[in-house]
Amino acid sequence: MKNVERAENVSKRPLVLSTAPHVFDGLTTRKIMLNVVIALMPALAASGIIFGARALLVVAVTVCSCVAFEALWCALRKQDQTVGDLSAVVTGLLLAFNLPSTIPLYMAVIGSFVAIIVAKALFGGIGRNFANPAIVARIVLSVSFTAAMTDFAAPQIAGLAASGVDAVSSATPLAPAAASLSLLDLVLGVHAGALGETCGAALLLGFVWLLVTRTVTFTIPGVFVGTVVALSVLTGNDVATQVFSGGLLLGAIFMATDYVGSPTSFKGQVVFGLGLGLITCLIRFWGNMNEGVAYAILIMNLVVPYIDALTRPAPLGGEKRRFVLRGRGEGRSE
Amino acid sequence: MARVSLFSRARGAVVPHRKDTAELPTQAMPVPGEIMIPMQQHIGALCEPVVKKGDHVDVGSLVGHAPRGLSADIFSGISGTVTAIQPVYYSSGKSDTAVIVESDGKQTVADAVQPPDVSDRASFLVAIRRSGIVGLGGAGFPTDVKLDPPNLDDIDLYIVNGTECEPYLSTDYREMMECADDILFGVRETCRYLAIPKALICIESNKPKAIAHLRRLTADDPAIEVKALPSRYPQGAENVLVHNASGRVVPRGKRQTDVGVMLNNVTTMAAIGRFLATGMPLVRRRFTVAGDAVARPGNYDIIVGTRVRDVIEYVGLVKEPRKIVLGGPMMGNAQIDLDYPVIRQNNGVLVFGEEGMTRPATTPCIRCGRCARACPMSLSPVEIKKAYAVEDIERLDALMADLCMGCGTCSFVCPAKQPLSQTSKLARDFMRTEMAKRR
Repeated sequence: MKNVERAENVSKRPLVLSTAPHVFDGLTTRKIMLNVVIALMPALAASGIIFGARALLVVAVTVCSCVAFEALWCALRKQDQTVGDLSAVVTGLLLAFNLPSTIPLYMAVIGSFVAIIVAKALFGGIGRNFANPAIVARIVLSVSFTAAMTDFAAPQIAGLAASGVDAVSSATPLAPAAASLSLLDLVLGVHAGALGETCGAALLLGFVWLLVTRTVTFTIPGVFVGTVVALSVLTGNDVATQVFSGGLLLGAIFMATDYVGSPTSFKGQVVFGLGLGLITCLIRFWGNMNEGVAYAILIMNLVVPYIDALTRPAPLGGEKRRFVLRGRGEGRSE
Repeated sequence: MARVSLFSRARGAVVPHRKDTAELPTQAMPVPGEIMIPMQQHIGALCEPVVKKGDHVDVGSLVGHAPRGLSADIFSGISGTVTAIQPVYYSSGKSDTAVIVESDGKQTVADAVQPPDVSDRASFLVAIRRSGIVGLGGAGFPTDVKLDPPNLDDIDLYIVNGTECEPYLSTDYREMMECADDILFGVRETCRYLAIPKALICIESNKPKAIAHLRRLTADDPAIEVKALPSRYPQGAENVLVHNASGRVVPRGKRQTDVGVMLNNVTTMAAIGRFLATGMPLVRRRFTVAGDAVARPGNYDIIVGTRVRDVIEYVGLVKEPRKIVLGGPMMGNAQIDLDYPVIRQNNGVLVFGEEGMTRPATTPCIRCGRCARACPMSLSPVEIKKAYAVEDIERLDALMADLCMGCGTCSFVCPAKQPLSQTSKLARDFMRTEMAKRR
């Protein structure tokens, strides 16, 4: 009872008054981002093995520059430092994974600037970017430096190990003239492509981690890849090549599932995945580009507010679903 | 009808149970020297004090008289002298009147306490009106009003809520383990007088002993079924429970009785059973005391009106309390004044030293959607927050913010630790006020 009196009488430590709830789940934004970083590690290791030290150098440059741009922005704007949430690390990793290992390093830095400053910070920072920052940066770099962005190095291993000194340029398996690859080479990623996108096995291992930690659900990657598989079968394209080469698995597992640019409800996620698969195939099969995943994700990112509004679940006991667009409150809610 | 979808996920959240007090038998707390009886211990109109300073009261004496309509009489739990009628201030900033009674230590029972003469529905409802019983799960809704809906004949299902989904609290569990006969007597008599053919006692699966115990006692009674439900917070929220137990959906703006369901807490049913048997109005209740600062956590049988300070002194402390919460950690209210008494719908007090103290820092929303997927009512807390920020009443209406129960699930699951439940409650109240103005 002395303690009770003390608690009230010592003015330095009055009883804490706060609104319910008084307990919280341990999950934080930083833990979510850390889980994504962990899930990207197998693909990082694979890129080092397949494309050599140069790939790791590109990763180091994008991660460091993304973190630096984020820290610099917060410092210039005199706002709370957000580097600790690790989202800039994720963006840096994903951006590097979308680049060929041969990319000049200054281009990688420009990509980081586009991702962190243009696509994210200018729109209000984490949670307010209109599309996935790494995707925006990939597209900006593709348009600006087309040659460098398609100068894919040939793998350094699996028979080509002799060329380890100087990487040899090679076409991705999606290119029309590409020689067909064995399934094993496709799955293990021993083929040309952006440095983090080729090794399907490593990406899938990361996906398992994301599912086990409940960071993402199966819905978006499942429907996205499923749609591509179905359309490949219908159009007579090789399913394994379509799934395991190009940016499909990297995009489906790590970038289409970015919370900010994807719908929240199950139905919305199905619609989103269908749209992604459809646009990817339209570009790949009938467009004049080999690769369509990045554009598919960008386009679908932009229509998410509409998908969300149209697929919002009916509340328990609510009359009928009504169309409510994300709207006027946006940007004023903090 | 049941909305069963192949793809629908279980809503709500898995919260830590922390039911450390569950297997500790209830102990009676000694009669305190003085109790404080606020005139508001229920949802509805304030009671009018019928005693004045210097009056003598006995155990079971009427102290606060309920006006007609939504309210419930208030009785004294001790015998002694009224020493004051004074204001009581709540941590919400509101205040009302309270009667202070000083104990004479004799605990003499009032002459008026006699088993009620009940023979039919009308006399049953009259008796309950004089019992002082309110919803003891925490809501405090006057039970006589609940038992007397306009469409009583349409009601075919009585749901008895033994889910106790709030962490830490175990009063309903102890009620089921120690006083199952009172519960069943209350359920059977209520069903008999109100002509309700079927009762469903719902218990969360984290209380297997209570499920087995009640199943054993009701094995030969086809009118009572014991149903085990998953331990997912907020399983015990009324409309959620109605849906999960019976598949019926209470439409927006309607009541459970509109879908043929009457619903009460197990402890309320036990109180009805005890009142019908003895005539003693509701003056005591079982009360969980828990939290890391408590020396002897457990369930205590205490007299309504006992000050929180007296309860805490009785159970002892192992460390300096930093936060004191009346009710469970998901929906309970933090207290600033330890002189505030335990009222009849309070089911526990949590005394925290460090545990439950740290409110994590709020970071920006990352639109992960966990709040919307966890909301037991399928609302969109972030959208409600945005609509409330610009006071857009049409959007709040379209988002059906008025369906928010303030259960706290969205705030609990949010990785950015946004105060979503808090803003949803504000939005709901704002919307109700604005809608009322327009009518």
